[in-house]
Order: sequence, then C-alpha cells, then structure tokens
Amino acid sequence: MAVQFKKEAEGIYLLDVKGYVCPHPQLYTKKSLEKMKSGDMLDLVFDNPSSAESIISMCEAEGNEIMEKGKDANGMRWRIKKA
Amino acid sequence: MASTESEMGAVLQSAVVVQKNLERRNQMWAFAIVGFLALITIWSYAVDVRYVYLATYIWFGLIYGMALQYGRFCMASAFRDLFAVGVPRMTVGIIIALVLFSLVSAVVTGAGQSTFHPLPYGYQSVIGGVIFGVGMVFAGGCASGSLYKSGEGTVASWLVILSLSFSQTWFATAGGWLNYFVPASWTASAAAKNLPAQLSPTNGWYNQYMAGYIWNLPATTVAVLTHIKNQFLADFVGNALINTILPAVLILAVVYVFWYRKSHLKNIAKSGARGWRLELLGCWSMISASRRTAIAGLVIGVAAGLHMWVIEGLRHVFGVINAGELLKAMGHTSGLSIQDTVFDPGYWYITTQEAQWSGWLLRVLGFHEMRNIFYGLQNGLPNPLLNPPGWMSISIILGSSVMARLSNEFRLKLPTLETAIWALLGGALMGIGARIGIGCNIGAFFIPVANGDPSGWLFGLGLGIGAYLCVRFYNWWINRRMAKEDIF
Repeated sequence: MAVQFKKEAEGIYLLDVKGYVCPHPQLYTKKSLEKMKSGDMLDLVFDNPSSAESIISMCEAEGNEIMEKGKDANGMRWRIKKA
Repeated sequence: MASTESEMGAVLQSAVVVQKNLERRNQMWAFAIVGFLALITIWSYAVDVRYVYLATYIWFGLIYGMALQYGRFCMASAFRDLFAVGVPRMTVGIIIALVLFSLVSAVVTGAGQSTFHPLPYGYQSVIGGVIFGVGMVFAGGCASGSLYKSGEGTVASWLVILSLSFSQTWFATAGGWLNYFVPASWTASAAAKNLPAQLSPTNGWYNQYMAGYIWNLPATTVAVLTHIKNQFLADFVGNALINTILPAVLILAVVYVFWYRKSHLKNIAKSGARGWRLELLGCWSMISASRRTAIAGLVIGVAAGLHMWVIEGLRHVFGVINAGELLKAMGHTSGLSIQDTVFDPGYWYITTQEAQWSGWLLRVLGFHEMRNIFYGLQNGLPNPLLNPPGWMSISIILGSSVMARLSNEFRLKLPTLETAIWALLGGALMGIGARIGIGCNIGAFFIPVANGDPSGWLFGLGLGIGAYLCVRFYNWWINRRMAKEDIF
C-alpha cells in the first residue's frame, strides 16, 4: 500500500491515500489539486476520518466543490471539482 | 427490465440490511464498553469503597474520550493544519476550549478545590515543546489525539502510544552515554540535595535534569503574581483573564487576519455587510465554523474542572494527598515510590501514566528496579490494573470508541509501512519531548495555560515551532514523492 496518484481519463485524476493518517491525506489532496487545472475532477480515496474535516475546510477556503461524498466499509471516496 | 429492477431493489435492500446490522452491532459494542466500565466500578466499590478514587478517573476518562472523538479534538491538527493546509478550524476550537476551561478553573481554584500545581518556569518548556511538536506532526496526532484515534480503530495510533510509552521509560531511566550530556552544575546541584543513594541522583541524564535543574526553577501562577487579596478575583483576573483570555483573543485575531480573512471575507461580503460589521461577521463565521470542536471544548473544560474538584474532595474524605496512600492502606504496596506515592495528578493528564505501562512491564521483566527519580521517587510503578491515571487513558480510548461506534465511524484501519514508521518515530519524539517539558499537549500546555501558569505558553510556543518545522519537512517529502508520479 503506497500513495497512488494517477490520471484516470482526461481531466479526471485518482488519489488513493488509504492507510495514511494526518496530515498526509490533506497534504496530498492540496498538492494534487494545485497541480490540476480548473474544472478537473479529483477522485480521492482515503480512510482517515480526521482528515475529512480538514479537507472540507480546505475546499471551502479554496472554492473547490465536493461533488460526491461516498462512504463504504473500506473508507471514503470523494469527488472534488477544482474551482 | 422488470427483472433488472427487482434485482436492483434486492441489492439495495440487502445494502440497507447490512447497514442496519452494522449499526446494531456498533450500538451493542458501545453498550458493552460502558457496561464493562460500570461492572468494574460496581465490583471494585463492593470490594472496597476506596476504589471509588480509581473509578473517578475511569469515568472522567470516558467523558474526555467521548468529547475528544466528537470534536476530533487534536492539538497536532490545531498547529499543523494551520501551517500545512491553511485550515484554522481546530486552532480556533482549541483556543475557545482554553478560554472556557480557564473560567471553570478559576471557579474551582477560587473555591479552594484545585489540584493544579504550576510547572517549573524555564527554557526547557520551549525545547520540550519543539521536540514534542515535531513528534506529534510525524505521529499524526498529539498525545490525547492519538488516544482518541486509537479508539476509532486507527492502528497507527496504537503504535504511537506504544512508542511514546517506551521512549519515556528509556529516557527517564537511561544512564550510560546520556551522562556525557549532563552539565557539571546539574550533577553538583543534584548531589547537594542528599537524596537517597538508591535513586542514583548523580547517574543518568534525567535524574540529574530533575534534581540538578528542574527542582531549582521557580513555579507560580499569574494569580499569585497579581497580589490581589480576594482569591476569586485573583483567579479570574490573573489566571483566566491575563494568562488565558487576553492571549487567546490575540491569537484568534492573528489567525483571523493571516489565515481566515483572505479566503472567507469575499463570501461574507455578499451579505451586504461592510466595514467593522463585515469584520465582526467574519470573526463570528471563523468561530462558528469550529462549533463541534468548541462544544467538545466546553464539555472538556467543565469535566476537567469538575475532575479536579471531585479528586480534591475524595482526598479530603479519605484523608490522603496521593492515591499511593490509599493503595498502601488497601495492601497494594508493590510499585509504590519511596514516598509511598504513585502518579496521581488529580486532573487530566496523558503521558506519565502511559510511560508507567512500559516501566511496569520492563520492571516485571527485570530490566530495572525503580532506582531513579522518575519512578522511584515521583511516580511509582503500580500494577496497571491499580493505576488510576492509567485507567483514565484506557477509558479515553474506550470513550472515543463508544462515540465512534455510535456514529458508525469505528473501523480497524491498518497503516502503510510508511505511516507505521512515522508513528513510531513521532511517538518516540513525543515521549522525549514530554519528559523534558514535564508533560504533553495536555499536561504541559492545555492544563497549565488554563490554570494561570505562563510556562504552558512556553510549551505551546515550542509546539508551534516544532509543528512548523515538521510541516516544512513533510512539504519537502511529499513534493519529492509527487514529483516521481510524472502524470502531468
């Protein structure tokens, strides 16, 4: 298990930080979004609940929109649209 | 088509059943945990009424754990997220909690029911804070944060606590090469105190640090320094207002101006507000965004104040000043210090009791014999089943677990190898920082600050510096990792 950051399709990226605790999920998310273009989508897969609160606040401040907040037994899968 | 629809319906129905089963199982676990603690309380009370002292720590621990998990109350997050991702939510929540706790503490102190003792005032608080601050960012949680995250099922946090425990015992008991770092003045000062030879006062870094340096430092509260005769007024003005509320307002103003205002004011301006009204609305928006942490802070503040009150009351009732005397009277003499004491702060504290777990285990295995100041004179090494603050730490984990179960957030999460290494390293640094600073983010920062002890701010300053340095490191580390993923 290591961090995965890959392009899934044009304008859609996947960041998988399962197994990582604070501050890795929020830092990787921030840096991934910085690399992406406006309108691109980030599918974020993580399982550290504390990071969720920070990512929400971070997206609010930056104006990025959290389009979906999926949750299952393996953790969370969110889709974030870069402003 | 109809068949597809019915298949989808069946899948949805089974998903609902799975979810309901999970919720029911979680609720049963929550009740089982509380029931287990209730059974221990009732059984121990039936054996000997004096065990109520231990039960007090258990139930306050449960409240702390539940509140910590509810508010995701983590001081690593408070310092780190501000620097790392520009999110001030936790910083604001913890500052609000400090203000509320300082008011409760002023009442408790004014009523003469406080168990608080100010920490020695000196530069070691900053140094300990820096080491602890670096450690807590590596570890992904502070000492109290790692306890609540353990209760949520985060295995990395279990590793943090393990490492924090062993590093403290090593640091507090080791001699050998560590002696080379002891200034001659500490050795001379420690020797001059004529401590019993069995404590090895002039051997080992930590022994000489305590007896030759720490004990020579002044310790006081702002209430005492104000020389106000009325006790209540002195506590409210000195401890709450001067030591906590004014610095807290200053920190909130700095956080608002440098972190919150730029990103949020544009949205608030849409309401039509301008000038001072706009700024006030901005401040309120920043504070209300931390509502959950502030509610947790309120609960923790009230509980921490009551905890001091209840323990002080029990000490009066049983005619003791330390739980060690109670243990001795009940026939439990193993692991008492040479003063017949054990670690018994009388308030919310985290790290020392966790050091005792590894200290006790290593003693049972024959690695040391309490020939040191930390265990032999100050804290003792009681059986973990009879260690009141030890039970508090266990019930913080259990309280967090109850809360996480009730909100269906409990899940066993295995760390990656990288996370496990950071957890062990961070826990070890936190352990060493806590011993140098005589406490962690709770015992050396949260509790002292809210009880009028300025040394708490020194430790807090260290936490900020340490967290900033570690965030800089992580930024470099993650940039390096991301650069390898050449997808742009």
